[in-house]
Amino acid sequence: MPLAKQTSNLMLETRSLTKFFGDLAALKEVSLSLRRGESAFLYGPNGAGKTTLLRMLTSLARPSSGQVLFDGRDIERDGTQAKASIGFVSHTTFLYGELTVRENLQFFGKLFGLNSLERKIDAALDLFNMRERSAVYVRDLSRGLQQRAALARAFLHDPDFVLLDEPFTGLDSQSVKNLETLLRQLPEQGRALLFSTHDFEQGAALAERLIALKAGRVRYDGPLAIAPFKSLGIVRTAEQEADG
Amino acid sequence: MVSLKIVWNIFSKDLRIEWRNRETLASMCVFGLLIVFLFNFAFEGAREETLRLLPSVLWVAIAFAGVLGFNRSFASERDNACLEGMTLAPVDPSLIFLGKMLANLVFLGVAEVVMVFAAALWYNISFLPALGQLVLIAFFGTLGYAALGTIFGAIAANTRMREVMLTVLQFPIAFWILMLSIDSTSGALRGNPSGNWLGGVARVAGISLVFTIASFLLFEYVLEE
Repeated sequence: MPLAKQTSNLMLETRSLTKFFGDLAALKEVSLSLRRGESAFLYGPNGAGKTTLLRMLTSLARPSSGQVLFDGRDIERDGTQAKASIGFVSHTTFLYGELTVRENLQFFGKLFGLNSLERKIDAALDLFNMRERSAVYVRDLSRGLQQRAALARAFLHDPDFVLLDEPFTGLDSQSVKNLETLLRQLPEQGRALLFSTHDFEQGAALAERLIALKAGRVRYDGPLAIAPFKSLGIVRTAEQEADG
Repeated sequence: MVSLKIVWNIFSKDLRIEWRNRETLASMCVFGLLIVFLFNFAFEGAREETLRLLPSVLWVAIAFAGVLGFNRSFASERDNACLEGMTLAPVDPSLIFLGKMLANLVFLGVAEVVMVFAAALWYNISFLPALGQLVLIAFFGTLGYAALGTIFGAIAANTRMREVMLTVLQFPIAFWILMLSIDSTSGALRGNPSGNWLGGVARVAGISLVFTIASFLLFEYVLEE
């Protein structure tokens, strides 16, 4: 990982983002912004619109209305730079089962036009303790190992903006700790982090900002420390609140 | 140059997966051979009758074997949403199309060689006198058909009845390529004068290039949700 990157600049902005699936509004008028060096935690019940929002930020889904701006550029019209800067982990791994972990990383690394590819692949594999399993076919990996391989793919091109949808799914406790350590370092390196998890305490321990979604609308967007937990339906113990 | 590397990267990935699975080519060849073989029983007759029907038999076999191949081609992309994974990269979607189409073209081309060889044996017909014409017709016909198979394969991959949908979507448009290919192949086998066969090849090439270019330009819209 390189040293700290440029900080305090607006990296991502959404303007009145709305998404309909048929008559169902998955997102309604979502306006957010994220700066370099900032980490935010996306929280909400099932069907709140978290995955839809993350998919639109990566241009995998097109908004019904509204805009996503990355470094001031509309990603629908000019998404190349945004794609080169975004690392995304979704519910699916985006990995070919018939290729080994290393072959997958080689394939995606070449799509990103990476130089010194083998060195970067080794670095990404080491980041998630996957070097020893780099020659294993992805289809033969357990769910947790596949998730680690997916994380390695997302971090392969050294992204400035990391988007993670339920990144802890399937990971063992040691891998969870490793990932938590890595995610804590990202803002210090000047990167932006936006992630979702159903484990509120886990998310709260990693981010200073909470974006709470419910029924496609932003119910709260601000510092975690002053979030109105009760009105958001989040039950915390006194000890947890004391921990922040 | 960078674009060619990306196309090659996608193409070689598909070849590598096929080399490991040997599913696509095997199923295409077996299915194509089966059609050619079964029609052999139906059309036992005079040489003239065989010459009249063989181009249709071959192109029907190619068309259905192609559908199998196009479905398989996107099955590996559908698992784990790999096609989406590719679109996350900063590459022009049309390069993804070219890489996938090239792989489909090669798989279908190999299956065609097997089918034509089998047809020559079973129907006792030599393709050698018109080999040059037939290669050109087969190349352009397959190019256009593979282009349509690639774009409609990508569309059908996201539908529930994808195997049926590919056929339903693709055949009404591929009909024109198949019809002209059958007509030109028939002419070549009957020993048309050079002016005629050139016209036949030109017609197949023309319509195939139109469909290939249109598919190339439209592919990015197919990838959008």
